[in-house]
Amino acid sequence: MTPDTIYGMTGIAVFAIGLAGALCAQDRLRRMLALKLCSVGAGFLLVVAAWRRPPDVPDPVPHALVITGIVVMVSATAVALALIRRLQTLEAEDAD
Amino acid sequence: MPIDPLILSLFAPLFGAVAAFLFPRAAAVIGLLAVVSICAAVPALAREVLAAGAVSVALGGWAPPLGISLRADGLSVAMLSMTAAVGLLVSCGALDALRDARQRQYFWPLWLLLLTGMNGVYLSTDIFNLYVMIEVIALAAVGLTVLSGTREAVRAGLEYMYASILGALLFLMGVGFVYLQIGRLDFAGLIAAEPSGAMSAGLALMLVGLLLKSALFPLHFWLPDAHANATAPASALLSGLVVKAALYIFLRLITQMPMPDEVLITLIGALGAGAVIWGGVQALRAERLKLLVAWSTVVQIGLIFIAFARAGQGGLSESWKAAALLVLAHGVAKAGMFLAAGRIKDEVGHDIIRDLDRSPMRPTLAQFSFALAAISLIGLPPSLGFIGKWSLMEGAMAAGYWHWVAVTMIGTLMSVAYFSRVLAGFLRFDRVRAPVVEHQGWALADMAPLVLAVSAVSLGLLAAPILSFLELGYPFGATP
Repeated sequence: MTPDTIYGMTGIAVFAIGLAGALCAQDRLRRMLALKLCSVGAGFLLVVAAWRRPPDVPDPVPHALVITGIVVMVSATAVALALIRRLQTLEAEDAD
Repeated sequence: MPIDPLILSLFAPLFGAVAAFLFPRAAAVIGLLAVVSICAAVPALAREVLAAGAVSVALGGWAPPLGISLRADGLSVAMLSMTAAVGLLVSCGALDALRDARQRQYFWPLWLLLLTGMNGVYLSTDIFNLYVMIEVIALAAVGLTVLSGTREAVRAGLEYMYASILGALLFLMGVGFVYLQIGRLDFAGLIAAEPSGAMSAGLALMLVGLLLKSALFPLHFWLPDAHANATAPASALLSGLVVKAALYIFLRLITQMPMPDEVLITLIGALGAGAVIWGGVQALRAERLKLLVAWSTVVQIGLIFIAFARAGQGGLSESWKAAALLVLAHGVAKAGMFLAAGRIKDEVGHDIIRDLDRSPMRPTLAQFSFALAAISLIGLPPSLGFIGKWSLMEGAMAAGYWHWVAVTMIGTLMSVAYFSRVLAGFLRFDRVRAPVVEHQGWALADMAPLVLAVSAVSLGLLAAPILSFLELGYPFGATP
């Protein structure tokens, strides 16, 4: 077991946990957090890809990809949270 | 220096979206300008592709694998022109159909962002770029879904958001696998890659993500509500264009990579068959017109996946072209149908199918457009849908795959049945108590669905040139 295998396996495991959460969770916020976890897992895997070649010179491309992925996920989370809040307000109005 | 049409079709909508957001009063003008400029760029691009076969541009002079290059061949230009044409007509329809000031203000930036993503998908040559573009599309599409602001729309939009993000993340995970394996992300690297377990796992993850995004049965759960509850122009864009992006990526990947094995292909075909049957049953049961149209999208997607499966089995470029033709036909016809359904709902005041024949108000032009679009979706000659279905069945018959022929025929019969429910409502007058009022004159909003529906039917007559155009630049891997 080299460190990069452990790291990669962790990434896959984190992704799997997130996936299970996204599919099974009932609560809206919880599902969103599970999706965030998925994205972290995918990010792990890309970071491992940077180590794949001789370890003293990490490959910069996956790092760029991870940063892009993080930016995308931040915006997606923002939109989802806004929707969750809006839906909560609408449902509260209906309940009154 | 003249601007490259490739670059224009990507950046005009992007800058347009920003400008439309910053200047909400001029949003409609900016939006129309951006769409028109793309409509001007696409024919120029088509001319270049006709002359050269395929054109590509390395953005900023950085060559792949590090830089991003854009490439257009026959298939991408066909998708670009479908998107531009449908987009222009839906935009015209939206000018009239969106009454609410808030909806008007946000429709244009969202739609232009969506257009950026769509054009980006059709021009991308590497899988990470595709991931970014499908996320752009997803965010804009969710925005369009919730534009009406009703509780149902927001709920459906949130479901759509979850499905979309999950699909994109599965895709991203697949991208990670592929990069780990071959250290490259461009299509050329994918083709050259040695088949291996990790490669197959990566491609499988990407394909599952795309299945979720293109709503193939049983991953279609988010689609009907999202498409049925959006405002009419948004529904037309979502159903006519957005699902096509995922289908296009699927088509690209599956033709770029080593052929997956028979079991997988049969599985995709079986899921497609499930979509055709289940979607048909749900469309027969649907109570609201827009919901019926949304379920018909599920059916059509199933049909397109059957064409993919058929093509994978034969490995024939003919069947890929049938699939591409079905994608184009559905885009045009479904956009027209959703706009028409929206017009009918506006004029009649509701869209409950059972009560359509009680309404004294008959928006005849919208009903006519709906019927024409139905002709193309059912697949009656001479429509584009007919040509697509026909080449699909012809190929299946020639190869002796009778089960695909049977499923296609069952799907066609069911589509006749569920569209007849609506058409009968249009044509029956005996249950109307008050004198029948036909919609007087015609509104600008009637023009868009009518033109879309007429072209869905009449493009079938141009099928031969479209088919030969699709082949330019050999998008299906069939070199001479």
